[in-house]
Amino acid sequence: MSALKTILKATAATVIVSASAAYAEDVEVLHWWTSGGEAAALNVLKQDLEGQGIGWQDMPVAGGGGEQAMTVLRARVTAGNAPTAVQMLGFDILDWGNEGALADLNAVAADQGWDAVVPDALKSFAKVDGKWVSAPVNVHSTNWVWANKSVLDANGIAPPQTWEEFEAALATLKEAGVTPIAHGGQAWQDATVFDAVAMSAGGPDFYKSAFIDLDAEALGSDTMVEAFRRMEVIRANVDENFSGRDWNLATAMVINGEAGFQMMGDWAKGEFLNAGKVPGEDFLCFRFPGTQSQVTFNADQFAMFDQGGVVSDQQAALASAILSPSFQSAFNVVKGSVPARTDVSDEAFDACGKQGMKDLAAAASSGNLFGSMAHGHANPAAVKNAMYDVITAHFNGEYDAATAAEELATAVEIAQ
Amino acid sequence: MAEAATDVDMRTRLQEWLPRLVLSPSLALVLFFVYGFILFTIYLSFTDSRILPSFGMVGWENYSKLFRLRHWEIAVTNLAIFATLYIVICSLIGLLLAILLDQKIRGEGFIRPIFLYPMALSFIVTGTAWKWMLDPGIGLENTMHLWGWESFAFDWIKNRDFAIYTVVLAAVWQSSGFTMAMFLAGLRGIDNEILKAAQMDGASTWQLYRRIIIPQLRPAFLSAFVILSHLAIKSYDLVIALTGGGPGRATELPATFMYSYTFSRNQMGIGASSAVIMLMTIAAIMVPYLYAELKERK
Amino acid sequence: MSIASSENAVSTNRVARTFVYLVLLLFALFYLLPLFIMLVNSVKPLSEITGGNMIAMPEVWTLDPWRAAWSSAQIGVEPTGLRPYFINSIIMAVPAVVLSTIFGALNGYVLTKWQFRGHNIVFGLLLFSCFIPFQIVLIPMAQSLGVLGLAGSTPGLILVHFVYGIGFTTLYFRNYYAAFPTELVRAAQIDGAGFFRIFWRILLPSSGPIIAVSFIWQFTNIWNDFLFGASFADADSQPMTVALNNLVSSSTGVKEYNVHFAGAIMAALPTLLVYIVAGRYFVRGLMAGSVKG
Repeated sequence: MSALKTILKATAATVIVSASAAYAEDVEVLHWWTSGGEAAALNVLKQDLEGQGIGWQDMPVAGGGGEQAMTVLRARVTAGNAPTAVQMLGFDILDWGNEGALADLNAVAADQGWDAVVPDALKSFAKVDGKWVSAPVNVHSTNWVWANKSVLDANGIAPPQTWEEFEAALATLKEAGVTPIAHGGQAWQDATVFDAVAMSAGGPDFYKSAFIDLDAEALGSDTMVEAFRRMEVIRANVDENFSGRDWNLATAMVINGEAGFQMMGDWAKGEFLNAGKVPGEDFLCFRFPGTQSQVTFNADQFAMFDQGGVVSDQQAALASAILSPSFQSAFNVVKGSVPARTDVSDEAFDACGKQGMKDLAAAASSGNLFGSMAHGHANPAAVKNAMYDVITAHFNGEYDAATAAEELATAVEIAQ
Repeated sequence: MAEAATDVDMRTRLQEWLPRLVLSPSLALVLFFVYGFILFTIYLSFTDSRILPSFGMVGWENYSKLFRLRHWEIAVTNLAIFATLYIVICSLIGLLLAILLDQKIRGEGFIRPIFLYPMALSFIVTGTAWKWMLDPGIGLENTMHLWGWESFAFDWIKNRDFAIYTVVLAAVWQSSGFTMAMFLAGLRGIDNEILKAAQMDGASTWQLYRRIIIPQLRPAFLSAFVILSHLAIKSYDLVIALTGGGPGRATELPATFMYSYTFSRNQMGIGASSAVIMLMTIAAIMVPYLYAELKERK
Repeated sequence: MSIASSENAVSTNRVARTFVYLVLLLFALFYLLPLFIMLVNSVKPLSEITGGNMIAMPEVWTLDPWRAAWSSAQIGVEPTGLRPYFINSIIMAVPAVVLSTIFGALNGYVLTKWQFRGHNIVFGLLLFSCFIPFQIVLIPMAQSLGVLGLAGSTPGLILVHFVYGIGFTTLYFRNYYAAFPTELVRAAQIDGAGFFRIFWRILLPSSGPIIAVSFIWQFTNIWNDFLFGASFADADSQPMTVALNNLVSSSTGVKEYNVHFAGAIMAALPTLLVYIVAGRYFVRGLMAGSVKG
């Protein structure tokens, strides 16, 4: 019997009194989408529900890519006061699902045919023991490179297709006195780059065995050493002040033409659009060299908390509203990500968005869609953070490539 | 008569018990919400708790894992460096400013709040400004370069070996004014007669401070020590706002370590064991101090 | 104490005096710098910030960021600005400050004027409670609030802040009352005054400065708390700091730094005000109390 169940039982009475009775017709939604565009997009969902007579209690808690919200969630669940629906990522959903805390959405899913339109790789984070426990909103892909087109044109650089071409492009930019790569030295950003670099250096099979299957041999292999060596190349091509910089400021460097490239997830597009730049004309988006046919992803979902054994009507309404094609399109156009269902029309999306949707569909059908390690979709939080420790220590010069690969294997072993 | 006697008796007994009665709610709350929770944490540190508390005992496993982690070693070393420098520098600056402000300064009422105000702000408020100032590309270094001082270099926050000192700098900014207030209060509380007598005997200003005034500030030093050490141990938002624990993991402190393992990494058992070690360290420092203080006052 | 006023003042030459002012001025600049950066950047358009020198004065002055932070910035799904959260913080902070001050005063009174066997141990226990790191109380506290039926409510938050403030307020009042002449209390006792009467008539009237210290300390800590506010509040009781955090720390959205700075200053205004207005009682309160043996 899990601890959670004990706690839930102990406080069941309180839950029923305080949660169900007080807000019979409301959903309380815990999320961390608080910046202008995101929050405005979520408001679409709120209005949709209000149209059906369901109130929306907003419970935003931003910080650390959802970490803060997850802490709050734990306090809320322990207090027997779980929110109705919670924004969640990757392994957090599976962990809560395995604790038996999430409501079974199979009825809604069957009714709306989710199984047919959501990619398998994504389903493995939305279903626990064959039961749908969360409603996916979007798919972010993380192996994008963002480039300033005029900087590239001025130096005669075409979007590089291979690692070698990429290295050459970096050298050219350095020669020209432009910072080749804009980067923010925070653990998660280092890891985001490492995701793409490892995929490019070792290919999809290597990525899977090292990051998803956590195979000790792959983690300490020569290929991993090579991946770390390539990180050193990248390290040599960032400016001196990279450490601690927010990713938005790194994006601003590309926008202002101070830097050539940035490796970042598709949310970076919002910064370009906000600065009045046009995809294809002012800036370019392309997959990290050597990962053209792969997509590493993370997906935002809303999990429904079990509040008395059955899915409430409000939760069902929320879940089906999230998966509705119109919301999927409206939200993702704003957010920069692509819809979680692959059958949504790409009409409303810009050039980068269209390509993202095409890439996702292709990767999903060819088995090239993988969860991003850096964003908690390849392995559990403990392992992910242990990997962060090594990647960021190496990027900051604490280990050489060979030691880093060894340390990675050891760190993963301790964390498991 | 007999009735009146019992009545008086009741009243004196009530008077006798009243003080303890008044104190008891606070004591009960603290016993439960502080000491009860400490016991709970100690218990958790011996369990296999991950995402939520669970009750499978694992013995000393969490502790042995904890001490194998380089991350923890860094956090503890950092706390030692940080707490020492922070307490010493705050006390020195606080004392200096208090002595200077005590020289019949014109506009003291204006200057004092300027020194004090940082204590009113949390690092959620000032964090971004600090981060920018310390960043060589956009902050102080850049500004000095723009003003023509080309050789000026201040890039500690980007340097693994120096980043912890920038954390000290920001922390000193926040609480040295507060320390100043404590010392100033101490200075103002010293009896003028003693000083006059010493001056009559021909003591120089320097001697006056060294022999008479500073020794009299002992209680102020001790209060400052309690307040500063408690702030040092709890320092959390400071690191998160300034460096996020980086570059690499170079500025992690036990408080950030504990939070990270308990809440971000879903390893509540290890988080609890680090909390226990921290509490024991605090107790090892504070209990002798409290004991000495309370005994002396009798 | 004032050395400068005695003969030494005559011998203190102008150079030394100028030096003193110079040092004080330099420190004042150091303390003001972060606030200056926040102010300057809160009145600039965003393009000036991301495009260049963040310490420079604005080329175009604008108050739009302030307006946005107050009433139209996205905190959650609705563009409410920080306005609605302000009142939540007040409703939470004021009762918690008042309660912890009252109990601190009574505790300090008992611990100095009505000592009993073991009063030092009780004081030691209360004082050590100041040192507990808040991260470890989060989960058990959540459980307790759930059992009490106070989870996700303002009364719950008040309880939490009250409990973890008692240690400090008791410390302040105890040290203050320790310096208060016990003879007065004894004399009143002989005149037949009771426990509360003595407190009310004799100690309280002269407690002004230490009440100010306790108030400033507690108000600042409670107003600035984020961890408890985020964890134990509900949708409609989230305090200001949680809203500010939502405003400034979105992870994958566009960052409007000028609005963030305006919001940050706004959130800090009440504590700043308390420090400036009550600040002069602060040194007086510390002087009479907590730094004296």
